[in-house]
Amino acid sequence: MPPERPGAVVRLDAVLVPVLAIATALALGGVILWAAGPRFEGSYLGIGFVAEAYLSLLEGAFGSRAAIVDTTLRTVPYVFSGLAVMLAFRGGLFNIGAEGQLTVGALAAAWAGFSLDLPAIIHLPVVLAAGCLAGAVWGGVAGLLKARTGAHEVITTIMLNYIGGQLASYLLNGPLRDRSPLNVIAQTPKIAEGARLPDLLPGLHAGVLLAGIVAMVTWFIVWKTTTGFELRMVGANADAAAYAGVNVVRRMTWALGVSGLLAGLAGAVQVAGVNYRSTLGFNIGYGFDSIAIALLGRNTVSGVVLSSVLFAALRTGATKLQFRTQVSADIISVIQALVLLLVAAEQIVRWLYRLRAADAVTQAPEDGATAAIPPSPAGGEG
Amino acid sequence: MTRGRFLFVLACIGALVAAVETLRSPDVSAAVVAASMLATTLRFATPLTLGALAGMFCERSGVANIAIEGMMLSAAFGAFIVAAMTRSLAAGVVAGMVVGATMALLHAWLSVTLRVDQIVSGTVINIMAAGVTGFLSTEVVRRKAIEGAGLLPAWRVPVLSDLPVVGPIFQQQPIAWATLALVIGAHFVLFRTVWGLRVRAVGELPRAAHAAGISVQQTRYAAVMVGGAIAGIGGAYFTLEAVPVFEPMMTNGRGFIALAALIFGGWTPAGAWVASLLFAAANALHINAQQFGIPVPSQIVGMFPYVLTIVILAGAIGRVTPPAAVGQPYVPD
Repeated sequence: MPPERPGAVVRLDAVLVPVLAIATALALGGVILWAAGPRFEGSYLGIGFVAEAYLSLLEGAFGSRAAIVDTTLRTVPYVFSGLAVMLAFRGGLFNIGAEGQLTVGALAAAWAGFSLDLPAIIHLPVVLAAGCLAGAVWGGVAGLLKARTGAHEVITTIMLNYIGGQLASYLLNGPLRDRSPLNVIAQTPKIAEGARLPDLLPGLHAGVLLAGIVAMVTWFIVWKTTTGFELRMVGANADAAAYAGVNVVRRMTWALGVSGLLAGLAGAVQVAGVNYRSTLGFNIGYGFDSIAIALLGRNTVSGVVLSSVLFAALRTGATKLQFRTQVSADIISVIQALVLLLVAAEQIVRWLYRLRAADAVTQAPEDGATAAIPPSPAGGEG
Repeated sequence: MTRGRFLFVLACIGALVAAVETLRSPDVSAAVVAASMLATTLRFATPLTLGALAGMFCERSGVANIAIEGMMLSAAFGAFIVAAMTRSLAAGVVAGMVVGATMALLHAWLSVTLRVDQIVSGTVINIMAAGVTGFLSTEVVRRKAIEGAGLLPAWRVPVLSDLPVVGPIFQQQPIAWATLALVIGAHFVLFRTVWGLRVRAVGELPRAAHAAGISVQQTRYAAVMVGGAIAGIGGAYFTLEAVPVFEPMMTNGRGFIALAALIFGGWTPAGAWVASLLFAAANALHINAQQFGIPVPSQIVGMFPYVLTIVILAGAIGRVTPPAAVGQPYVPD
């Protein structure tokens, strides 16, 4: 891209800050690893230990064919749930409920997968649609309440997470529980063969393709359709959008509904492609991770996809890190929190690396609006 | 809190007690059920009330606080570890307050000085608290096999605590008693002192407060940190008054319910306390349902506080007005 084009600087800046934030968080994580290791006793005053830890992380994430497949499999649900949070963000809404939406999506998909008896060609679509529908309802309720009554979506989506958790506990211990004598944990029976996502490569299901398609469709809807334009208008200024004739109630309900749909799809794809059933507690952590992914990806589709790969790699590699160094895999959550802190407060990164302040375009402080969303002119499409 | 809403809460709590009474299995006596409901309600209301008071100081000064959960969680950990190291429960409570105030300082720095979106800042703090306490609880507590220092003993009110049925209300642990004092104290500070007036001024109309010579930034920092210290006491409740161990994510959404109690209570101390009692009663129902053999799946009863939160936030029981400047960073001219 020629440098004289307006927006080019903004675009470089939009990549630089997250990358520096990740690097800084990894450096700080290194300090914590050092403190958890043999400290001054080890090779090179303990720095060898930190290097070994990060190398095992890298090896665990990308070191073999199996590792790469594992990382890819983890990326898929992150892409869906990251897009879910991103889409709501674009509409000025904060969806903290991806975890609950994912839970009910997985429950509905598993139910459709094992209880319905359908020909293979429609069974899989029905399973995925069931997950989408359940997630959309779970998110849409929060959207409707926000739009109609002003109930803050941050609290309602969190409450719906807990309600979804209780519902899952009830259903998986009760009506939907696998009653076979061999089963001792709270989970559904396995779904029918025909309801499963086929493998692209051995061990790698076709959900990867679906994630790519959904990412492109999401990009198209948010940036190239009237609906997406209205969504972004509501996100930038709901009052102005209403004045311009946008049906804000409908658009907000739609935003959290579609957001929930995407999160529900994440759950359905896990059921149809990886676990073939819904198990209590498999979804823990997705809600927080997907918020971090959306923020790190600066609420752009390409950013979300890249951040999903990063988070999947960290989580996959953490197992090897823990195995090699005996440091708890929870270190990843700490690094993740640091990344998020540095991305949210990018002034810290700018100050650390002496970057000049961003253009007025990306920094305009708005009263009460979500500052994490750069009001994007030409440069911010993703 | 309006009178209608107050009566609604009382009716709800009464209905919950009555529900347990009618559904209990016949071999438990009515007096035992009522006593248990009342005592657990008051006990469960403690962290909710403290969380709501924490949010109140913060939001009254114009800083939205969805980080109560994270502040309480990290304070629960700090209180546990310091109490275990020093073998002093009092030191644990103080440590909880310090940790809570420190997390609040981070929230203030992010949202007041750096003007990060306050909801994003709160989310960062929640995620950070979950990550750091989870990591430390496996790396430090489990690895070094740290034993908790035990629980704060109950303080009994003479005579009253021997009464039938209502007796258990008068045998509470220190943080529960302190909570009642803090409700009164917070009311006094917020509505009867100069500092309280300043807090409310910067939360309603910061520009006017600035013109009157009040430092908006300083007042917000102070209010957020006072709130953080109160949330810290609420955190200490979990590891020093409820159970003598630390578990990852043990606050389990109480910080968010506290926020809902704050909203339902109209951002006043007394209102927040009464609303906390309602949520606590719903929670007590869940616990007692299992204990007294109520024939409804416990998970369904367990949804009740969360459903109630949504219903209340949706304004089914009337709307309330938040502080006018909440969520807006103040940019001095």
